[in-house]
Amino acid sequence: MSASAVHSLWTTAADPITKIDAPKFEYGQLAPTLIVVGAAILGILVEAFVSRKSRYYVQMFVSVVALAAAFAAVVALAADGYGTTKARIAAMGAIAVDGPALFLQGTILLAALVGLFTFAERRLDPEAHGNRVDSFAAQAASVPGSDSEKAAVKAGFTTTEVFPLLLFAVAGMLVFPAANDLLTLFVALEVLSLPLYLLCALARRKRLMSQEAAVKYFLLGAFASAFTLFGIALLYGYAGSMSYATIAQVVDGTVQDVNPALAGTMGNDALLLVGAALVVMGLLFKVGAVPFHMWTPDVYQGAPTPVTGFMAAATKVAAFGALLRLLYVVLPGLRWDWRPVMWAVAIVTMLGGAIVAITQTDIKRLLAYSSIAHAGFILAGVIATTPDGVSSVLFYLAAYSFVTIGAFAVVTLVRDAGGEATHLSKWAGLGRRSPLVAAVFAVFLLAFAGIPLTSGFAGKFAVFKAAAQGGAVPLVVIGVISSAIAAFFYIRVIVLMFFSEPRPEGPTVAVPSPLTMTAIGLGVVVTLVLGVAPQYFLDLAGQAGVFVR
Amino acid sequence: MSFPLLTATAALPAVGAIATAAVPAAKRTAAKWLALLFSLATLVLAITVLVRFDPDGDRYQLTESHAWIADFGVRYELGVDGIGVALIALTALLIPFIILAGWHDADPLETGSKRWRPTQGFFALILAVEAMVIISFEATDVFLFYIFFEAMLIPMYFLIGGFGDHAHEHGEKAAATQRSYAAVKFLLYNLVGGLIMLAAVIGLYVVAGSFSLTEIAAARASGSLDMATSTERWLFLGFFFAFAVKAPLWPLHTWLPNAMQESTAPVAVLITAVVDKVGTFAMLRFCLQLFPEASKWATPAILVLALISIIYGALLAVGQRDIKRLVAYASISHFGFIIMGIFAMTSQGQSGATLYMVNHGISTAALMLVAGFLISRRGSRLIADYGGVQKVAPVLAGTFLIGGLATLSLPGLAPFVSEFLVLVGTFTRYPVIGIIATFGIVLAALYTLVLYQRTMTGPVKPAVAKMPDLRVRELVVVAPLVVLLIFLGVYPKPVTQIIDPAVQQTMSDVHKKDPQPEVEAAK
Repeated sequence: MSASAVHSLWTTAADPITKIDAPKFEYGQLAPTLIVVGAAILGILVEAFVSRKSRYYVQMFVSVVALAAAFAAVVALAADGYGTTKARIAAMGAIAVDGPALFLQGTILLAALVGLFTFAERRLDPEAHGNRVDSFAAQAASVPGSDSEKAAVKAGFTTTEVFPLLLFAVAGMLVFPAANDLLTLFVALEVLSLPLYLLCALARRKRLMSQEAAVKYFLLGAFASAFTLFGIALLYGYAGSMSYATIAQVVDGTVQDVNPALAGTMGNDALLLVGAALVVMGLLFKVGAVPFHMWTPDVYQGAPTPVTGFMAAATKVAAFGALLRLLYVVLPGLRWDWRPVMWAVAIVTMLGGAIVAITQTDIKRLLAYSSIAHAGFILAGVIATTPDGVSSVLFYLAAYSFVTIGAFAVVTLVRDAGGEATHLSKWAGLGRRSPLVAAVFAVFLLAFAGIPLTSGFAGKFAVFKAAAQGGAVPLVVIGVISSAIAAFFYIRVIVLMFFSEPRPEGPTVAVPSPLTMTAIGLGVVVTLVLGVAPQYFLDLAGQAGVFVR
Repeated sequence: MSFPLLTATAALPAVGAIATAAVPAAKRTAAKWLALLFSLATLVLAITVLVRFDPDGDRYQLTESHAWIADFGVRYELGVDGIGVALIALTALLIPFIILAGWHDADPLETGSKRWRPTQGFFALILAVEAMVIISFEATDVFLFYIFFEAMLIPMYFLIGGFGDHAHEHGEKAAATQRSYAAVKFLLYNLVGGLIMLAAVIGLYVVAGSFSLTEIAAARASGSLDMATSTERWLFLGFFFAFAVKAPLWPLHTWLPNAMQESTAPVAVLITAVVDKVGTFAMLRFCLQLFPEASKWATPAILVLALISIIYGALLAVGQRDIKRLVAYASISHFGFIIMGIFAMTSQGQSGATLYMVNHGISTAALMLVAGFLISRRGSRLIADYGGVQKVAPVLAGTFLIGGLATLSLPGLAPFVSEFLVLVGTFTRYPVIGIIATFGIVLAALYTLVLYQRTMTGPVKPAVAKMPDLRVRELVVVAPLVVLLIFLGVYPKPVTQIIDPAVQQTMSDVHKKDPQPEVEAAK
């Protein structure tokens, strides 16, 4: 005060530099993410310093412990009331710790843990030069078919990097549904996507196809990210802030203090509509909704099957979480604008996925289109814009992810000389050769089809009920019709497995290690428990159905 | 808390299914006996239900109610009225005969074919179907009913697709293809019906906020739950569609001939005599009670469809070359009668329809099972391959004739009473429809007697000449059914006195009274 007075004759006082607060992090509340990121970094160090022989075991130990600890942290937070009464915004407004975030994080962590088991499976492929091998390329950098690849296989290399990659992807997924400002959302999107692009390219067999899938995924994903980023910029121009809460206030018209630098654009509805549309588009891409689904079949087919299963389950959970938060927290004031659009997207997604799936001849592509149809069903719940809508989507996601991982795990078991036998014709008569595996797969297919007493039915019923109560009755009718169409191709696979004559040179069912068995067994148990007695989990999802703002 | 008798009746066959499926592969015969034992124990429980049920008591008796999925407003609610009791008894009665009749249907073929026919699975699936059918007859919660109405399709699907006669004119491979086609057709028809019903079930919940049949019906009756006319009609159509597929009603019937033709005779009986009854039963219980006004609105259209079913089914039955297909079309004709009786909205009509469900179950079982024995002897389903069987196997021919005569509603046999009641009930309100429907009986006489004439009379065909007569096991199956047909034909009161009060209550739900007879004053 006195200093400025002395010099005030020939200086004008500049505004005092606003004190930059030391960022305050609620480490406890962010523990799930931090544990996973820490373990991922540890995994990289393991790659660098641990001998090749023991890497696999060390990596697996680190990953399992990290995922389990992170899950325990989520449970502890939820038990502490952070999902309901103590819900808050943490990390300087960047991360929300609330019911939906914790529920989805828990689901993602469990799905990742089960997915990890299928990653670590080493008994399905025949031993190469006396070494047990997993589903991943011996050395990602070696050109397919080259001498260096052969040398890598001969030397018994394995790509143990998949474990830290998985953990990084999981870290991104944990942040994605919890992100509470647009920049965090984008960073999370990239953190989850980049490891997935890499993982897709790492198949041990059919490497060219795998790499092609990765390139497609990467290019389209990069486009989608660019659109998202552009949308974020427009939204910033509209609201003068990245924060969800502020944008929502501007949309509602309750914010008065206009940022002078943005006075010309703030409150310009064109920016809002275009920006919101672009951001939502980026999320719909990740979800795999029509018309942003083009990558799904190719990537699902080309990626190593354990990766496909993990991706199909966990990415969908994370992306739907982010979509829900964006639509329910940022854009509720805009719902009369986005609801008709989402209606249209949901309808074409349900019908498109179900109809195109009928013509598929490859089991992984079939499941890809089925996942598109399911994205449509979930969107029907998203559109409800009621608390019931949120909880039904949460429940559906949890139910769906276990069925998906289980189903893809079964796909890894059915093999012939060329690796996994994914062409549908090879599955003919599987029910006669290996009744148990076929029966388990049938359970998953029936759950996908939404037959009562499976989790698929409970989930479908929950979202359709929420949609109907939200006034979207035509959507429910279309959903039911596409369920009927979808049922046709699920049933077709069952027919093929049980009522067709087995081919003489057909595939055999490999006997997996306890890892894959656990993944499949858990899938079956969750499918049946959620189908017969879903009440506890519905309660859980119901309690978790409120966003913090 | 009293003993949950209804749950036990439904759960026992389910336990039996699991136990039977768990029997080791080598102990095939033990699995059969186990299944039979469980079906007989279920019959004992069903009879207990029948005895404990008081026809003049409350509408729903032996009720059970537990919380289940509170989020969906779903409760585990069971209760039976007279109609439910009669059908549970029918189901529990027929299953032991079905198991006995199918004793060797799932045996592995010793030579030639390498087809995979796990005996345990066959009997376990039959028991699973029984459990689901019984709980459908007991459920008074719409959601609970829906779940088992749909889930029933899966074991049925495997029964149709996985097990068939190995009698096929084009060989084993063609048989497998056709069987799989029939199973898929069955499943798709019923699944689409079920899914459309799902939309209506959700809609009902949105409108009524509850799934409890008793609650909704009470709220409807007292006027506290008001549905817009159009809403009620749409919901009614959603429910009715599913039941009409299951029943089946023309033009949604085409899955039935395929399914019955390709499956083994006991499974065909299971479809038409047991599972399809859930469809007609649900029309009475759910369509009429939940949507009385819409039911009245739809009556003319439904009666016309039922009439078409009666005549069309009978006409097509006359033209069939395949014995099982003939019985299937005859069943479509009979289901037309049942649906006509339900929607005639008279007490004779509805009593007759309920009685018809029971009698049709018994008579079709008798006819179809004997037909199955016949087919298994000759290895062909074609009528033209038979001739003069009555000279070679008189007992078989005789029981076949009684089954056939029951199908054409000969007075003195059980179906006559129900068919007569349905026709009288329809005639009092809709004389023209009643008169046209009567032609269905004439056609029934035609197709049954022509079938008998072509297969059983005339010169003995060489392929039939060495045909053995009914064995002891087969007699054990057929004789009680024949006795029941005659007994209920002469003295139907035991069944009607259980059914009648329930029918009266349903009638009052739809606010319909029987038309009073008019007597012209003497001049």
